[in-house]
Amino acid sequence: MRPLTLKRLLWTCGALAIVLLACVVIALKSGAVPISVTNLLVNLGRVAIGRSDQLPTEYRLIVFDLRLPRVLLGIFVGAALSVSGASFQALLRNPLADPFVLGVSSGAAVGSVLATIIAPRLALIMPLGALCGALATIAAVYFLGRREGQLDSATLLLGGVISASFLSAIVMFLTTTLAGRDLRGIVFWLMGDLSTPIQPALQWIFTAGLLVGIGAIYTTAPDLNLLLTGEREAIHLGVDVMRVKLVVYVSASLLTALAVSASGAVGYIGLLVPHAMRLLFGSDYRLLIPASALGGAIAIVIADTLARTVAAPTELPVGAVTALAGAPVFIYLLRRGLR
Amino acid sequence: MSTHETSMQALGSREELHKSVRTVRLNVEQASFAYAASAEDAPTFTLGSTSFQARERELVAILGPNASGKSTLLRLISGTLAPLSGRVELDGQETNRLDSRTRAQRIAVVHQESPILYAARAGDFVLQGRHPYGRALRLATPEDIAIARNALAQVGAEHLASRTIGELSGGEKQRVILARALAQQPRLVLLDEPTLHLDIGAQVELLERLRQLAEENKYAVVVVTHELALAAEFADQVVLLHHGTCLRVGPPAAVYQRELLEQVFEAPLDVELGPAGRPRVHLRARRDEDAT
Repeated sequence: MRPLTLKRLLWTCGALAIVLLACVVIALKSGAVPISVTNLLVNLGRVAIGRSDQLPTEYRLIVFDLRLPRVLLGIFVGAALSVSGASFQALLRNPLADPFVLGVSSGAAVGSVLATIIAPRLALIMPLGALCGALATIAAVYFLGRREGQLDSATLLLGGVISASFLSAIVMFLTTTLAGRDLRGIVFWLMGDLSTPIQPALQWIFTAGLLVGIGAIYTTAPDLNLLLTGEREAIHLGVDVMRVKLVVYVSASLLTALAVSASGAVGYIGLLVPHAMRLLFGSDYRLLIPASALGGAIAIVIADTLARTVAAPTELPVGAVTALAGAPVFIYLLRRGLR
Repeated sequence: MSTHETSMQALGSREELHKSVRTVRLNVEQASFAYAASAEDAPTFTLGSTSFQARERELVAILGPNASGKSTLLRLISGTLAPLSGRVELDGQETNRLDSRTRAQRIAVVHQESPILYAARAGDFVLQGRHPYGRALRLATPEDIAIARNALAQVGAEHLASRTIGELSGGEKQRVILARALAQQPRLVLLDEPTLHLDIGAQVELLERLRQLAEENKYAVVVVTHELALAAEFADQVVLLHHGTCLRVGPPAAVYQRELLEQVFEAPLDVELGPAGRPRVHLRARRDEDAT
């Protein structure tokens, strides 16, 4: 018997945090203007001891004004989408559930675009619109996925994929017909892109939202372990299933909404990362949720660095890189599940 | 007070004494239930008033064909349904009024096997039985681990602890699921058709084990089943249900009457009394009947 201990939890998270840090350093140093690691560390050290006035101007511009915000945005989006994916997988008892595949991301995009059209001046309206869109979509997909009162795995996925394509079409319609207003492009919403940082006024709200969302889901982690063995079983082991479902649905939708309004619909992260973490560390949600948050951050930082450098000086949207990796894995998991 | 009354009281108290050796754990008192699509609609299924008691160390079988109301009665007992009338009490407290955590500490329910999404180790699975006792993250305490180990030992499955559930056989899986129920340290164990996917050897083994566990741990055990032969052999009491009506409650010998069982199970049966006073049921092929 090898039950989860606090020690293992902390060691795993610590190791992942170190990997994340290494990825951040690589992301900061690579790009059109390469920067050596020593230089980078020296200058990061200067910032850390509060002597940022000694920074050379080009460093400040390239590393701290361009690359670092983008890396931080990547960490934010990766953590949010991975935890959201892991939660949907437990809740829907479907290993292929992911905010992008289920159409929740597209729903959040529609909500976001609509909200910006209705009240373009209100900064907070975009994440709020995204949240409404995400909640409405997951509710719709949930009911589409039910057959004879039971959640049917294939029907659920089909419902999600159809909703995603329908909602993407709406995004395209809205962005093309209402172009000229202060709207971001189709590629941003449908593929995901990290080139626009979060508005400074919203940064704190987004960070708070991320922490509240992940925290709320984490309080249900032991219950999610039981839900995996069946809803009835969980009830008989003392889980308040209705409360857990509500908390996780709302929180996972919130995380998706925040990620989408910050970076558009980056796909497959919520599918890829929890699966990789499960293979590495097992399926215990008490470990899987923090590991997914860190793993998602790592994955997006790597994906975005590739997106910036592979075809330099042209940049790919980060969603193109995640989809290139994610879609084959989805198909592999689907085939394995059907067998 | 007349001498007659006194002697009646003495008789009564002697009976009480005899019964109180084994305290009543579960008391189902004229419990009934009705399913309806909505409050205005006529009910689609009703479970008529049902009464029985289960004492500690006793194994009660709820017996009946499909759609006789067995699962409804099980849900009433487990407290996930509130009875329409009557009451279901465990150690004097109504089961449907217990909060979910307390209920899980007192009642363990073993369902027909359900698919498990991700491969979990049997040991970790059994530790889930400690969920109603834990706090916050529910990291296992040494006590939890000792209880889980003990539960696995009680079902003879210690060697399975580090295997994943997916690679176990039907009988082994059933033992691990039972071990999780034991780790809850309940007072009442409910089992819904536990023998459904087991071959006959594993069925007998499971019921023998249940009897033994009830004896060791002072549980009351309630098993829902449609297996006439197993209930006859292992139950202390049988509750016979048919179309939502409770027809008989009593020891197998009293309940197993040929006409009654033939009517309920709609099959020609022979019932004879075995050497231990337990009835034996045989299916009688119809061609024999034609020949005579």
